[in-house]
Amino acid sequence: MTDRAIQDIGVQDILSTIREGNEPEQGLKPRSELTARELLREVGAVLRMSEADAAKLGDIPLDPAEDQTMIINMGPQHPSTHGVLRLMLELQGETVLRCKPIIGYLHTGMEKQGENLTYMQGGTNVTRMDYLSPLNNELVFSMATEKLLGIDGDIPERAVWMRMLLSELNRMSSHLLFMATNGMDLGAVGMMIYGWREREEVLRFFQKVTGLRMNHNFIRPGGVAADLPAGWRDDVLYLLEMIPPRLEEYDTLMTGQPIWRDRLQGVGVITQAEAIALGATGPILRSTGLEWDLRRDQPYLHYDEMEFDVIVGTYGDAFDRYAIRLNEIRESIRIVHQILDRMPGGDYRIQNKKVTPPPRARIDESMEALIHHFKIFTEGFKVPEGEVYVAIESPRGEIGCYIASDGSATPYRLHVRAPSFVNIQCLPHMMRGGLVADAVAVISSVDPVLGEVDR
Amino acid sequence: MSDVAEPEVVAPSPMMPEPPMMHGVPLSDSHGQRVLHPTRAGYLKLVCTLLDDTFTMCADLTAVDYLTFPGRSLPDGVVPERFEVVVNLLSIERRERIRIRVQVPAEDAVVATLFDLYPGSEAMEREVFDMFGISFTDHPDLTRILMPEDWEGHPLRKDYDQGCIPVQFSTDFAARERAQ
Amino acid sequence: MGLVHDIQGDGLGGIPHNAITAKVEDLVNWARSRSSWPASFGLACCAIEMMATGGAHYDISRFGMEVFRASPRQADIMIVAGRVSQKMAPVLRQVYDQMMEPKWVISMGVCASSGGMFNNYAIVQGVDQIVPVDVYAPGCPPTPETLIHAIETLHAKIENGELLKRRAATGAGAGLHVTEIERGAQPIPVILGSR
Repeated sequence: MTDRAIQDIGVQDILSTIREGNEPEQGLKPRSELTARELLREVGAVLRMSEADAAKLGDIPLDPAEDQTMIINMGPQHPSTHGVLRLMLELQGETVLRCKPIIGYLHTGMEKQGENLTYMQGGTNVTRMDYLSPLNNELVFSMATEKLLGIDGDIPERAVWMRMLLSELNRMSSHLLFMATNGMDLGAVGMMIYGWREREEVLRFFQKVTGLRMNHNFIRPGGVAADLPAGWRDDVLYLLEMIPPRLEEYDTLMTGQPIWRDRLQGVGVITQAEAIALGATGPILRSTGLEWDLRRDQPYLHYDEMEFDVIVGTYGDAFDRYAIRLNEIRESIRIVHQILDRMPGGDYRIQNKKVTPPPRARIDESMEALIHHFKIFTEGFKVPEGEVYVAIESPRGEIGCYIASDGSATPYRLHVRAPSFVNIQCLPHMMRGGLVADAVAVISSVDPVLGEVDR
Repeated sequence: MSDVAEPEVVAPSPMMPEPPMMHGVPLSDSHGQRVLHPTRAGYLKLVCTLLDDTFTMCADLTAVDYLTFPGRSLPDGVVPERFEVVVNLLSIERRERIRIRVQVPAEDAVVATLFDLYPGSEAMEREVFDMFGISFTDHPDLTRILMPEDWEGHPLRKDYDQGCIPVQFSTDFAARERAQ
Repeated sequence: MGLVHDIQGDGLGGIPHNAITAKVEDLVNWARSRSSWPASFGLACCAIEMMATGGAHYDISRFGMEVFRASPRQADIMIVAGRVSQKMAPVLRQVYDQMMEPKWVISMGVCASSGGMFNNYAIVQGVDQIVPVDVYAPGCPPTPETLIHAIETLHAKIENGELLKRRAATGAGAGLHVTEIERGAQPIPVILGSR
């Protein structure tokens, strides 16, 4: 249809909306339109290729019968892109030549909003970034705030162990969700139900402890918000006994199964050098064979006293990443066993009047307590000037929090280094030369959470 | 590897005790973390040096707009500007981190790109461009990444308002004041 | 609603007569409310709770809704689960426009209903600025029970036909016109590329 005919019929408005929705600037130009230098930088920079090698980037042989490549758009609303991720794929037949992820569809202005929220409220903001492991977001924010305050050495023992317990349980629930979505994306639809079944049990425990199933705002600067409820040990033991046999079920359903292996082995391969160059961390980096886990290499909380293994892959493919996450659930169970044995008594938050609000009962008795409560919750506590970067190991990789403070009660600049934001840069390199049907498997194995990608 | 090798003029600071230096650049300590303060001209060279010195991963690249807090503390000899580009590097071999803070003036908000050294900085630099308006020379694709491409303004700058809609019956007095 | 209270006297879940003598409209509404398929529009944290609602524990399959259709053409309900950013708003409208009548929208969570805690430049303050919403479900995120309550509220409204009647009366909704083709009229040939 010519443009004139379209105008005649009067659907001009709809088309212009659709056209305006097209974003050539943020989109993908066909490979034929790229200069050699641009191609070199796109691919060669990561692989540290020389100019001569990159000039032979036709390592994907061009089919002489098909001299045209197709650029197709996947997303942002798509059942298999783990949130609102948009991918522009340049295809030649079924082979993916190039891929460009376009993000920003969930940009929430959290970093800007964080500048107007006090440090007590900051947890509610930060927790919604990586909504699959909210406690880890809160943990890194609280640790950065405590470092600025200078109280990071004074957090009571019980608070530290509670933080570890919750962080590991969160790792388990996040990886269980990965199992579920990975299975569903690859066709093992029943896996969705099984993974959620286990996750519900962990969320039930979270609800008992923190009051919410997700986005808890429980780990706060100074400790945690409340003590563990009575009977928590039984609940955790129930989880630790229920989940391992179910993981065996997953092994039966997926790990040894030929279809699963065929779909994941050799798919989405990334080398160690590429991963480091791209800044990938977490299971992606570990799948290439590098044993880098911040819990062991730059320990925080009491991870240096815990006995656990760092699971490492060999081939850097999607199967390795799946197996790593499955076994990380087992390692987390091991860690939680150790925490159960060693959980100390004591305060669940630091008794520093400046930072911690007084217990609610005291407010009725003491005017000073009332004033303190009021000041902390309305004005917030002031954090001394400075800047700090703290990083921990979230289920997706290294999550870091950079806070610059100007001495007031709100952060001057709050920046969260989101692991998925950096890991998504691996997608083009993993998908090159693969089939378009494997694109879903690759995205799923990277396990991005768009909330933290876009913040 | 980058082919930019601008000559860095290292002038000995006259008469004042020199701050501790590392690779010819003032070094400071921030809560136990090492922070380097190169000039814009010496930034790329410093990062090249650090890359050769086992800092193979760029963990984070971000920026801060110090418009409303110009009086922050910096080591002697570092001239504060409106923007700061903050780079966190990680050495996997030595299990160390180091931070770099480059001062970037508002009227000439351009910095060298780290893409050729750390391809993983591509998205981070795009985010800095989108949110602050700081350009990176020779970046392969300097377009907006989080905001729609026709958005005007750079949201994380301090003179860009949060954009709250005033809520009528709210006790958040600060927000109501800002909205007015 | 999906619950039958008195199977002896209730007939088909509340329809006054049985299947033979009930009004066609009632039957159609009854069927629609029990097999409304959601379009997957999960954006953020609420999407996770929406998936949990589809899981085995909360199971919206008992309401006929476990199939989340990827294609909006096949979907009846759009559950906007999560915060809608400025960049996502046109996409949301496009997907809504592609859905076929009758269609309904549940705005799940406070971010979709009103912008939630994110009262800033990046988030649309309420998805009802873009699409007409039938049921708002509050919560951050709403627990699956809340979502099921919202879905059941919507099902009740579908079943008594209230929403479609109201739309026809006020002209609200997507505003599609249906022109009847007269019986016996000659078919009009369609020539591509011209009017």
